[in-house]
Amino acid sequence: MTKTAPKGRPKAKTPYKRYFEVEKDTEKDGGGLEHVKVMSKKRQNFTGDFVRMHNKPKKPRPQKALAKAKQEEPEPKPKRNPIPEELLKKYSRGEQVQPKGVKTRHFKEQQTRKEVYLEYATEQAARTELLLQETAGQLEADEGETTAEYRQSQIADNVDLQSSAKHFNLNMEFGPYQMRYTKNGRHLLLGGRRGHVAAFDWVTKRLHCEFNAMESIEDVQWLHVPTMYAVAQKSWVYFYDKKGTELHCIKRLNRVNRLDFLPYHFLLAAGNSAGYASWLDVSIGELVGNFNTGLGDIRLMRHNPRNGVLCIGGGRGVVSMWSPKVREPLAKLLCHSTAMTALAVDPKGQHLVTAGLDRAVKVWDIRMLVHDKPLTHFQLRLPANELDVSQRGMLALSQGTYLETYSDLLSGGGSGDGQRLPYIRQRCDAFVHGLRFCPYEDVLGVATAKGFQSLLVPGSGEPNFDALEDNPYETSKQRREHEVHSLLEKIPPELITLDPHEITGVDAPTLQEKIDAKRKLFHVKAPRINMKTRHKMKGRGGTAKAARNKQIVKDAKRKEFIAEVREAKKDLIKQHTTKEGAKGKARAPRSVLDRFRPKPPKKQKT
Amino acid sequence: MKVKMISRNPDNYVRETKLQQHKMPRNYDPTLHPLEGPREYVRAMNATKLDRVFAKPFVCNLSGHRDGVSCFGKHPKQLSTMATGAYDGEVRIWDLANRISSRNFVAHDGFVRGIAYTRYGDRIFTVGDDKTIKVWKAEAPEIGQDEVPVNTILSKFGLHGISHNHKDNKFATCGEVCAIWDEKHNDPLKTLKWGVDTLHTISYNPVETSILACCASDRSIILYDQREAQPLRKVVLTMKSNKLAWNPMEAFNFTVANEDCNLYTFDTRKLQTPLKVHFDHVSAVTDVDYSPTGKEFVSASYDKTIRIYNAHHSHSRDIYHTKRMQHVVCVAWSLDNRYVFSGSDEMNVRMWKANASEKLGVIRPRERVNFNYQEALKQKYAAHPQIKRIARHRQVPRHVLNAQKKMRTVKEKEQVKEANVRKHSKKGKVPYVSEKKKHVLKEEV
Repeated sequence: MTKTAPKGRPKAKTPYKRYFEVEKDTEKDGGGLEHVKVMSKKRQNFTGDFVRMHNKPKKPRPQKALAKAKQEEPEPKPKRNPIPEELLKKYSRGEQVQPKGVKTRHFKEQQTRKEVYLEYATEQAARTELLLQETAGQLEADEGETTAEYRQSQIADNVDLQSSAKHFNLNMEFGPYQMRYTKNGRHLLLGGRRGHVAAFDWVTKRLHCEFNAMESIEDVQWLHVPTMYAVAQKSWVYFYDKKGTELHCIKRLNRVNRLDFLPYHFLLAAGNSAGYASWLDVSIGELVGNFNTGLGDIRLMRHNPRNGVLCIGGGRGVVSMWSPKVREPLAKLLCHSTAMTALAVDPKGQHLVTAGLDRAVKVWDIRMLVHDKPLTHFQLRLPANELDVSQRGMLALSQGTYLETYSDLLSGGGSGDGQRLPYIRQRCDAFVHGLRFCPYEDVLGVATAKGFQSLLVPGSGEPNFDALEDNPYETSKQRREHEVHSLLEKIPPELITLDPHEITGVDAPTLQEKIDAKRKLFHVKAPRINMKTRHKMKGRGGTAKAARNKQIVKDAKRKEFIAEVREAKKDLIKQHTTKEGAKGKARAPRSVLDRFRPKPPKKQKT
Repeated sequence: MKVKMISRNPDNYVRETKLQQHKMPRNYDPTLHPLEGPREYVRAMNATKLDRVFAKPFVCNLSGHRDGVSCFGKHPKQLSTMATGAYDGEVRIWDLANRISSRNFVAHDGFVRGIAYTRYGDRIFTVGDDKTIKVWKAEAPEIGQDEVPVNTILSKFGLHGISHNHKDNKFATCGEVCAIWDEKHNDPLKTLKWGVDTLHTISYNPVETSILACCASDRSIILYDQREAQPLRKVVLTMKSNKLAWNPMEAFNFTVANEDCNLYTFDTRKLQTPLKVHFDHVSAVTDVDYSPTGKEFVSASYDKTIRIYNAHHSHSRDIYHTKRMQHVVCVAWSLDNRYVFSGSDEMNVRMWKANASEKLGVIRPRERVNFNYQEALKQKYAAHPQIKRIARHRQVPRHVLNAQKKMRTVKEKEQVKEANVRKHSKKGKVPYVSEKKKHVLKEEV
């Protein structure tokens, strides 16, 4: 059948002319539309405004000129106060979302608009850098000297009075000490093994309280405010207030070795000598997690400030990471082939520093756990028994009574390190048992067997604090206000995950999860059916008949279920087989010249 | 040796006297603010909860009418003035700021069917069941003088509604016919008619001011142009439309309140399918009014509730109800976009907040910043299941809940049936019809 033109009116060759259409100018007119001369408004019988119509035909631009114009197009004007790239990078929350995959135009526009705002926000945040009041401390050696040569007394002599007052020694006889600074770096808590507890404002040297618990003390820890602290004593954990009054005795935390506090979750984490890790919510007084890690005596425990995960170092050289709501470690990291001696997490939560009996100190990237190699590896002459990392990335480590700091976590060394000398070194008069950098100060606190030393380490602390986060100068009213706000924003323990940004991401099931879900289909059990028979008053019911009826219904349901599953499985298998089949018969791409090929032999009819 | 340590001068960080503000140095470095995501999430959760805690939309009750309230007239220039008409022919003018009735008079025998202010709000037009249009002065008469209409026009036809042009001195009434009047004449300039059915509501377009739309009792919506001699277009729905409101910002769109529990938003250029069907009411929708921003509208229903919709969403954003409110007959959205008024059968006019949890009164700058921040957080985390659940939850009266369940069951059953029919008939014989297309019968030009 061939197509014929539809009958009826013959097709007009030229399009109909409409009365409102503007006549197209011909070549004779010389191009360009001549303006119609309109009479003045008064002479017309028309009240209203004229709308000027632009119906001049556009002149086609010569292509070459266009290309030229494009080349000569001036570069966009540089911004008046450009922000350096690295500064923008520091404040950036990640790359822009590409609107390419967005389905509708509306959402695409929305996304691009949002990106503009985000970029502006980043820019504004970067510009605030200008307003920061303080600069970081530093120590530079003169020519022919190294920073490692300088003694603490020399440094203290060369700095201002206020700073030199930060260098002090406390000699106490209640034996190996543990120490903690508060989050804002203003207060210090000391706990001696033989029962001595002292809390004081170390900047003004004002003592809050001092007492003897008359029990051995394993560890001490400040709680969310500098008016309360926890002390792990011989059998239980006790809470004291600033005046030394006992507030609580937590009998559920027994024989605790190590304490740690997650300030944004209000969790007091404890690791005990039987290998139990416990998380106590100090705002409601409940244990949100308490289980056996199976690691034995927990001696090394720090939390990762970036995500709140607890890192526990074991005797086998393995660091395992724990969340209170998951009874298995979130991750395990084999750090040393020998037993570990110390463990520290960088305050930014990027690096994990471990030390082992193999005399090595290794720095790991804990944001990318897929790398099985440390970022850096220092080999020492003796195993390091204590470690800590400062806010600006300085590393302090102690080997018995000897103590070293490195100016950079990754590269190590001090300024003017020709021979890879440490930044500052110090020999203490007794064995070092605790080592912490003071937040927002250039100070390293060292708790030894015979007391406490406060060392000056210029350049270790973050110079500019954020008063809404941690304020060393806070008044009691501000402290209370801050406490209320932080309680309102308490993060539930379920949100402790390895990736803290998980909650802001898209919850798309990964390929692995999809595969698992499909695979599960092959191992599903028929559901239990709980049927309640209607209680009949009349008739010949009887228990036997009721039971039989029940069985019938159950069987029917089960059959139904099995049939469904079988169907689903069949589908699944079908999908895969067709895909594989298609793969097997993969054809070569068709070409124009294929038609000249010899035809395949026809199948003979039988 | 060159050495420098952090040594803060306390003068820079501690205030000198108690009269000063505390110094709060900020450092926006992201590393000093860990756990940003989870903290924001918790804040968003708290903001959503607070939003629900403070959701107390009812502002006040304006009582005074002695019969059910039938219609509203919004003053075009004064926010605190509103006129309401009742079933007993009484018109009341309200002073909304003081929540009192400033003036009342009996305007008609029988129902007051419609009230319209003139362009500048100096006159009030009322129409009633007694086939009269009465013109009243907007300001109250002096003490000792009676309420007398400035003008009374006797109409030949019954009157069911009135709407005033937004730009010139014309107004239109509807009843058996659509009539265009001039303020200065006692006879209509023009009457427009399409079919024999009664027109029960009329509304002028606020932007394209010579266009007007009517709803007729033959289930149709008719568009007129006051300059033309003939009606423009007509669209017939499956059920009767009760009221019609034009979108004041996108003036080519209008929404009708339909008898079949739904509202339909139409584009005048494409009447064949509505732009959106707005569900959620469980009984006939009686009235609809747009917010002045054109982004939202409020609808009143016979199910004793009023609902607020986003103009582009098919489900309501909020539902307002009280135990004492009976069938709601009329609603209005105030011209400052902050309040919603509802008039119901049990003689009361109620004032509601347009945004249920909004704080009334003076808001200080820091408070305003906080509200804005909370709003942004709520938006950012709106998709999280917990937050979504809290934000969406509404307590509804039992009869509404039951009716909702019933409607859902009916709908499911219909769907199942349709699916079964489809399964057992030839392919393509039972087509899929979108919900939008189900409700429009035909369009006539």
